[in-house]
Amino acid sequence: MTALFYILLAIVIGIAIWQIISIFNLKGAIATEKDNNTQGILFAVFGVFFYGLMIFSFWKYSVILLPESASSEGARIDNLYMVTMVLILFVQAITQFLLFYFAFKYRGIKGRKALFYADSHKLEMIWTIVPAVVLAGLVLYGLSVWNDVMDASDAENPLIVEVYAKQFQWEARYAGTDNELGRANVRNIKGINTMGVDMTDKNSLDDIPTRELRLPKGRQVIFKFRSQDVLHSAYMPHFRAQMNCVPGMVTQFSFTPSMTTEEMRANEKTMAKVEGINKIRAEKGEDPYEFDYLLLCNKICGSSHYNMQMKIIVQEEADFNNWLSTQKTIAEVVQE
Amino acid sequence: MSDHHHKETFITKYVFSTDHKMISKQYLVTGIFMGIIGVFMSMLFRLQIAWPDTSFSIIEAFLGRHQDGGVMSPDIYLALVTIHGTIMVFFVLTAGLSGTFSNLLIPLQIGARDMASGFLNMVSYWLFFLSSVVMVISLFVEAGPASAGWTIYPPLSALPQAIPGSGMGMTLWLISMAIFIASSLMGALNYIVTVLNLRTVGMTMTRLPLTIWAFFVTAIIGVVSFPVLLSAALLLIFDRSFGTSFFLSDIFIQGEVLHYQGGSPVLFEHLFWFLGHPEVYIVILPAMGIVSEIMACNSRKPIFGYRAMIGSIIAIAFLSTIVWGHHMFVSGMNPFLGSVFTFTTLLIAIPSAVKAFNWITTLWKGNLQMNTAMLFSIGFVSTFISGGLTGLVLGDSALDINVHDTYFVVAHFHLVMGVSAIYGMFAGVYHWFPKMYGRMMNKVLGYWHFWITVIAAYGVFFPMHFVGLAGLPRRYYANTAFPLFDDVADVNIVITLFAILGGAAQLIFLTNFFISIYKGKKAEQNPWKANTLEWTTPVEHIHGNWPGEIPAVHRWPYDYSKPGHEEDYVSQIMPLKEGEEES
Repeated sequence: MTALFYILLAIVIGIAIWQIISIFNLKGAIATEKDNNTQGILFAVFGVFFYGLMIFSFWKYSVILLPESASSEGARIDNLYMVTMVLILFVQAITQFLLFYFAFKYRGIKGRKALFYADSHKLEMIWTIVPAVVLAGLVLYGLSVWNDVMDASDAENPLIVEVYAKQFQWEARYAGTDNELGRANVRNIKGINTMGVDMTDKNSLDDIPTRELRLPKGRQVIFKFRSQDVLHSAYMPHFRAQMNCVPGMVTQFSFTPSMTTEEMRANEKTMAKVEGINKIRAEKGEDPYEFDYLLLCNKICGSSHYNMQMKIIVQEEADFNNWLSTQKTIAEVVQE
Repeated sequence: MSDHHHKETFITKYVFSTDHKMISKQYLVTGIFMGIIGVFMSMLFRLQIAWPDTSFSIIEAFLGRHQDGGVMSPDIYLALVTIHGTIMVFFVLTAGLSGTFSNLLIPLQIGARDMASGFLNMVSYWLFFLSSVVMVISLFVEAGPASAGWTIYPPLSALPQAIPGSGMGMTLWLISMAIFIASSLMGALNYIVTVLNLRTVGMTMTRLPLTIWAFFVTAIIGVVSFPVLLSAALLLIFDRSFGTSFFLSDIFIQGEVLHYQGGSPVLFEHLFWFLGHPEVYIVILPAMGIVSEIMACNSRKPIFGYRAMIGSIIAIAFLSTIVWGHHMFVSGMNPFLGSVFTFTTLLIAIPSAVKAFNWITTLWKGNLQMNTAMLFSIGFVSTFISGGLTGLVLGDSALDINVHDTYFVVAHFHLVMGVSAIYGMFAGVYHWFPKMYGRMMNKVLGYWHFWITVIAAYGVFFPMHFVGLAGLPRRYYANTAFPLFDDVADVNIVITLFAILGGAAQLIFLTNFFISIYKGKKAEQNPWKANTLEWTTPVEHIHGNWPGEIPAVHRWPYDYSKPGHEEDYVSQIMPLKEGEEES
């Protein structure tokens, strides 16, 4: 690809110089029959290049894509995505072919008259109604997934976690034994109480503040997002999850992790991707990389927006509970 | 009026001109100048994305105190993407595209001597010029220009503590945009009034060229939506300078609690996108009109489905005002609203599909004249389809969750509105250059310009979809902080190389454009053998457009290759033959 670029660039510069020198002599302005012929053929060639680029990209770049979803809601999103993508590629392949083929096939010839064909209600009805029907299906399917993903009201015994954003760091707070988060406001931020938890609220006392995000496999997690300064967006690509963190309000998203970190590391696609990454890192003399889930900021938030991240660890529920029980509650932390 | 000649000085003819043809050229040249700045910025930040730790002398030369040893600072990176977006969307593709061609073509194609108010038109241009000057000045302020993204979401854009660009840079950005909106509204009102009132005899609404329909409807969307951005900008100025809390609440930054209470950034997002989404149609509809006109003319065939084309322009315009929420699926607004916006958004695909199929059918059994403008029009349809289809992913709330704000979005909107609209603009320039400057542009340079641009554009934006699907967020200064994205680095290098190629290809256009103004072949009156009225005016510009009476119109503009006529075109001013039916 790089070599192709340099060749193209060299050609361009050469041609540019040659053309600019000769521009004063060239008076051609309107396409002749010869031009129509050349350009028509070029469209056919470009059509081949176009399909080539698409196929090449899919072949070469599929390995960098995200592995399968690590949440059960994400799996539904992935299915919808596949259906949509197949549809898109089908329409793309046909319409682009027709476009380039017609450009080639009907390139102008002197003396030929075009067909005077201004209207066809039948055709227009077809390409109004067919997209309408297909889109209706897509909308219904899409909305059923959306409602399923966004509606956490029927969750049974969900884990409640607050994810807290600030320039340029994430923090987390687990709701503790009562599974209810205590009130919080930035006006309460003081010393070690970095999330502004209201210590006069009795729900607060058992809350557990952490600097890492651990989640149990198979249990629905309801995230409550807050931000203390500017907009951030909590993006967890491997779980197909994202929600903005908005100063002054609490936003929500939920999903059920379906694969532990260990399981994802053993996933075939993940392994292929990690292998590719480690090959690149080895060339640069960097340490090998081990896969981890990530929470990253996906809303422009300032200078270090590009490095605002937190590791996510998904464990079996028992392991998760063990870990959580070793963490100090906020009451203990503040007392110290 | 036609025999009435003002004494024209250099100032009234070239500077404070009230003639729509001169104003259109002023818009075009200003737009091109801003375009050079905008594209050049993209070259700089693409260098940073591809080679984040490498020193470049070009960065050292241009970014002054915002770089260190040839590596740009994170703040100036964000400023560059912000100003690139602002300039390209508003200054190039709104003012440069719509301003140029609405001004040039509305009076000429409807058969009017000038705009309804030449004075307002002049003021509109000079306000645009002023806003461009303010925007350019903002690049040079101490702490750097606005850098909160072109969408300027508060609180980031409201608090200089949050990012240095939100100080003086942001103030100038807001002033510039406020002036820009005033300019845009004056222009739009003028276009609407002119189209409604100044059509020549016989020029009914259903005999208007699709260009005029597109400009007319675009102006209406502008009048409906731009004032909302103005109000958002004003409220943001209040929050920034006078301590109000429209968009801000509960903020703790740099160790202190700010006094703001009760506002919501989500409100700003609603106001911004109430303009922001119609804005993409303000950008693309004029390009669609231009492409429709050029395709029909160069296919030597009527545009297929003229009335459906008008209907779809109106449908798109209407729908464009009720879909803004699809930019906010993950903003924290009620998920039910997300459902509604998914529904309205996917509806837009229907009129868009109708347009795409109609263009393709226009080519079918045509006699295609491969002029440069035609090549760009075909290119437009290609990128519009490629970019439009991924809208089915982004417009679907459930799918948007995972690709929102990733490079997938960047690839999508650059293809569907950026590249497509630029192609429309190029097509328009190549096609109407003889009308603007009385000379022709060089076709060989035009061909090279087209082919390199089209290859480079797909080379940039096709692979970019994969970068987004790998989960890489946009607006990252570097992705070196994430080993997860190490394998994206190679793709980013390919993209940057194609971007440089594409940027370099625009030098061919600039050369062709500026040399042709002085050295191009002298134009004939109707070089493309087109039907529309602008080609019945003399090549030399005269005040009032037509030397004598304005001709009356007897037919629609798309009688190309009509049976019963010797030539393959019939000007709109030709009366119907005996027994001939109007199409």
